[in-house]
Amino acid sequence: MASLAVWKFASCDGCQLSLLDCEDELLTVADQVTIAHFLEASGDVLPGPYDLSLVEGSVTTSADIARIHRIRDISRVLVTIGACATAGGIQALRNNADVAEYASVVYARPEYLDTLATSTPIAAHVDVDYELHGCPIDKGQLLDTIAAVLVGRKPALPAHSVCFDCKRRHNVCVVVAHGEPCLGPVTRAGCRAICPAVGRGCFGCFGPSETPNGPAQASLLQITGMSEQDIARFYRSFNVEAFAGLAGDE
Amino acid sequence: MSHRYHRQIDVPALARVEGEGAMHVRVRDGAVADVRLEIYEPPRFFEAFLRGRRHTEPPDITARICGICPVAYQMSACAAIEDACGVILPPGIAELRRLLYCGEWIESHVLHIYLLHAPDFLGLGSALALARERRDLVERGLALKKTGNDLIDVIGGRAIHPVNVRVGGFYRVPAVAELAALRPRLRIALDLALETVAWVAGFEFPEFEHDHEMLALVEPGRYAIESGTLATTGGLTFDVDRFEDHIIEQQVPHSTALHATLAGRGRYLTGPAARYALNHRWLTPLARQAAESAGLGARCVNPYRSIIVRAVETVYAVEEAIRLIDAYEPPRSAAVPVPARAGVGRGATEAPRGTLFHRYELDADGLVTSARIVPPTSQNQSAVEDDLARFVATRLDLDDGPLTAACEQAIRNYDPCISCATHFLDLRVDRG
Repeated sequence: MASLAVWKFASCDGCQLSLLDCEDELLTVADQVTIAHFLEASGDVLPGPYDLSLVEGSVTTSADIARIHRIRDISRVLVTIGACATAGGIQALRNNADVAEYASVVYARPEYLDTLATSTPIAAHVDVDYELHGCPIDKGQLLDTIAAVLVGRKPALPAHSVCFDCKRRHNVCVVVAHGEPCLGPVTRAGCRAICPAVGRGCFGCFGPSETPNGPAQASLLQITGMSEQDIARFYRSFNVEAFAGLAGDE
Repeated sequence: MSHRYHRQIDVPALARVEGEGAMHVRVRDGAVADVRLEIYEPPRFFEAFLRGRRHTEPPDITARICGICPVAYQMSACAAIEDACGVILPPGIAELRRLLYCGEWIESHVLHIYLLHAPDFLGLGSALALARERRDLVERGLALKKTGNDLIDVIGGRAIHPVNVRVGGFYRVPAVAELAALRPRLRIALDLALETVAWVAGFEFPEFEHDHEMLALVEPGRYAIESGTLATTGGLTFDVDRFEDHIIEQQVPHSTALHATLAGRGRYLTGPAARYALNHRWLTPLARQAAESAGLGARCVNPYRSIIVRAVETVYAVEEAIRLIDAYEPPRSAAVPVPARAGVGRGATEAPRGTLFHRYELDADGLVTSARIVPPTSQNQSAVEDDLARFVATRLDLDDGPLTAACEQAIRNYDPCISCATHFLDLRVDRG
């Protein structure tokens, strides 16, 4: 039976929790694969190598760098899960700040900490076979990816924008109808357009879609009344590094 | 047998906890010299990068502190910002928040009971191992957990990191029919929750009692979840807006989580056992009866038995969800306006693991100038270490393997969320 390992770097645990949140499928998955390393769920750890490694979280310490290389070495297929692993996560907001100052704000004794000045995606350090975007990832994409790796096909991962899924869902466009700022035109689909479905603009959980049109998006956001600072702030969240080109941070 | 007099127990990576932690126990001359719950989850500096964000952003940003209890972060953040802006929510919106929170209590408690904690009592490494022997039990837990997640999904728009919560209320409120559709599932969930109480009450619990002071929100008339004032089992009471006078955080070298103590009083415990001790009279009759049948009494001071308290609170959360759905009338508007103003606001709600404090300072433009977050796990860290030291002292006759397993179980009694615990701010050194 194929073996599955789940690894955690700097993150909130939400993406690996998505696997445990597959309540209807979890036991079926466990019938199909040996869950060999998944500390959040099990103290039973089997030695590698592993057929599939799911990696959550971003690299923020020097020890992380060594660990991700070790994990790559013992993983046949390595899939990153979530905005932290694919883009550095919200903790990558430190990348354009003074991390020593950040540490001094949070900790009385920053010298006790071992932390890098940057939060970087897994792919900045090792080869990654597939990336599951999202903050958090979509359970359906996760299950499809596990199934795909098991049978040796490519997972079906969309690269188009949220707008397509939004139309397909028959949502009213929140920009056109309500003048709400929305990152849907430049954000990768995968969430099922859940924000416009509640009358809210997309805020970019899945990071940029393929070939996003930054200037057109900037005009669209300006029409809703956003200032340049507001627009920059809008991009600076869970996928700050991935959106950097669009936000004009380069 | 000299190794029993000088020995070191190290668990470099704790399993079945949320986040990354380790435990070190040092024994010298047959006595426990040192116990450290080491939290090495790397810091993510939330309090630092919250500065300069709009007052509408902390609910979405702080949700990302924890994938297991994002609703708790959203609720405490909203409460603190609404406090800063002087806005009081209409009852309809407040009740809908409570209903959303019930979903998180169900989902998080059942995750802990079935997937993280119960395997300890059954001598198994995981719920997956349990499923190989008793698939029906794990399926029962997953069905119950799913009901909690579905409740969050319907109200919040997504189970993990809900998208429908905003400062002032919601983006969209559910129709009566959407919530009513959950009712039959919740009726089934109530039976599953009651079965869960009976199941965990039958576990064998090691003899162990703690004497920690316990702290929780209280709200006369109901079991406090999303609002209330603070009280302890030692008789201390204070309002949420005085929390910084009473809760002192300190950094220790071995942890990226700060340790909290009660000013002038020392270590304390927050979480299900604290809530139960202070609020059990406000449980529903059915939940109270389940607690009595399970032999809980007025207080639960054996941390191993906290699994029963979580199960009882799950019964309560399911019943409360049914009550709120039955009484539900969609609020006239989904949110009230929360115009920004300069000021300081504080919020506290009962996350599944205990009281979660947020504090924000806003400038006149509505930008956050400072933020402070005090999560339950950092508050409980001293109490957990104290328990471990006392627990190990009475079990030094065990070999390393069984002793290590027993210590890991002792830590899991507190359902520590290490992802949560690794982000705090000691405002006294804020130079921002």
